[in-house]
Amino acid sequence: MSIKSYDAGVKEYRDMYWTPDYVPLDTDLLACFKCTGQSGVPREEVAAAVAAESSTGTWSTVWSELLTDMEYYKGRCYRIEDVPGDNEAFYAFIAYPLDLFEEGSIVNVLTSLVGNVFGFKALRHLRLEDIRFPIAYIKTCGGPPTGIQLERDRLSKYGRPMLGATIKPKLGLSAKNYGRAVYECLRGGLDMTKDDENVNSQPFMRWRDRFEFVGEAIQKAQTETGERKGHYLNVTASTPEEMYKRAEFAKEVGSPIVMHDFLTGGFTANTGLANWCRENGMMLHIHRAMHAVIDRHPKHGIHFRVLAKCLRLSGGDQLHTGTVVGKLEGDRNSTLGFVDQLRESFVPEDRSRGVFFDQDWGSMPGVFAVASGGIHIWHMPALVTIFGDDSMLQFGGGTQGHPWGNAAGAAANRVALEASVKARNEGRNIEKEARDILTEAARTSPELALAMETWKEIKFEFDTVDKLDVG
Amino acid sequence: MTQSNQSGDFQTANTLETFGFLPKLTQEEVYSQIAYVLGQGWTPAIEHEHPNNSTDHYWTMWKLPFFGEQSLENVVAELEACRRAYPDHHIRLLGYDNYTQSQGLAFVVYEGSGR
Repeated sequence: MSIKSYDAGVKEYRDMYWTPDYVPLDTDLLACFKCTGQSGVPREEVAAAVAAESSTGTWSTVWSELLTDMEYYKGRCYRIEDVPGDNEAFYAFIAYPLDLFEEGSIVNVLTSLVGNVFGFKALRHLRLEDIRFPIAYIKTCGGPPTGIQLERDRLSKYGRPMLGATIKPKLGLSAKNYGRAVYECLRGGLDMTKDDENVNSQPFMRWRDRFEFVGEAIQKAQTETGERKGHYLNVTASTPEEMYKRAEFAKEVGSPIVMHDFLTGGFTANTGLANWCRENGMMLHIHRAMHAVIDRHPKHGIHFRVLAKCLRLSGGDQLHTGTVVGKLEGDRNSTLGFVDQLRESFVPEDRSRGVFFDQDWGSMPGVFAVASGGIHIWHMPALVTIFGDDSMLQFGGGTQGHPWGNAAGAAANRVALEASVKARNEGRNIEKEARDILTEAARTSPELALAMETWKEIKFEFDTVDKLDVG
Repeated sequence: MTQSNQSGDFQTANTLETFGFLPKLTQEEVYSQIAYVLGQGWTPAIEHEHPNNSTDHYWTMWKLPFFGEQSLENVVAELEACRRAYPDHHIRLLGYDNYTQSQGLAFVVYEGSGR
């Protein structure tokens, strides 16, 4: 090892943290940041500052650095690339040694990578675009408590997406009336229903009462239909203790699944709940309230593909991904890019989908992609094509807004789903032939015919705010 | 068609998971689903069970899964043989996917008379 002497003062970050000759190790954690620096600051200095401030560096040299081997522990910027179609921003690729992170702690990874550095003055904007987690780190994370394969086996649902709905109105129903809405959806043909994210334990409906009535609704629907059913009981709460208490009771009333909001609840709560679910044979549905605050601005924040990867590692069996076709933001290629990260065991780099690194997931179980928000019967063929079988399609208004009510709305959706899957399996192009396929199916389903009439005019055609970077 | 200002009565049905909400598939439609299973490289298999036990995870296997089977006709012949042997049972066709260790497709071809 070389002999160094202490030289107090402020050095340029790039002297130590810009290392274009560095070849990343298989065990390094890699990150791609989209950086927009203040004018006049060279790219290399901005990129090196990001590497330094998100790893070992601080603004001034300190004597105690010499007590350790900074060359071993420091993060390094090893590549800078232009952002296509953007003159001011650039991509910085940074490699972090594995030992910078506590095993199995997404909290620790994010605290480092998206901590102080995002407020750094030399930057105008900073966005974490992607993280390559080394397989060595992935092996330390618990991941989905159930996973796609086991979830299908427990529920006996094969060869098609699952169908769900968020119970509406989202706030204000009494526990008994709420359970009624659940029962009607489930007896009509949905596989699952869902608490809205802001349903926790309000004065109009305390959690214990909701759980009891919903538990009865699930059991009754299962007995009458002969199919397996569930309802995501939202156990997101003000404290971890309260969350676990609710989860225990959800299990007691016979629900196979609970629900958590991973961003507002936080990764510590989420990982803990995922561990509880694994130990208790429960599935875990994950909502993503607050995500658009973090991921929607194209130049600042964290891209959702990173949050999706973090969730798979922290643990969850179903994650909301947007719908591409519904009322909420979502570019098709970008969505497909992070849907792959949830479900596949290996995802190759593919810039056309916003995937910056090869990602090896090893044996980590997969997460169902959940499409929810402003979707209805006419979207069904497109949704089956976009999301494939390992998805959960959720029609809230599109079920409960049916003129005959929830059960008929559920049946209409189920007929449309099965007709789409059947036609796909027959080799038909179901997106192009959507109208024919649904019209044929509606001949034997008055519920579907009425749903098609009800929602024929609804469209959500706005341009995407966060587009992929292309020239 | 029923008018939207008249509310209809939806009766709960006992359904058997995938394709349970479609009209009974015709012979031709069943064949094309079997062709899909074979085309995906999955292993076709047949299971049957008395309707009273249809919610069990395990149904009784009809012979072993047909490993390496490529012929649609052979699978159809096995379905018919199973039906002759167990006319009162539900009979389902599945496609084992050994990559995902799951079933790529599973649907009931014949509903048994039961009781």
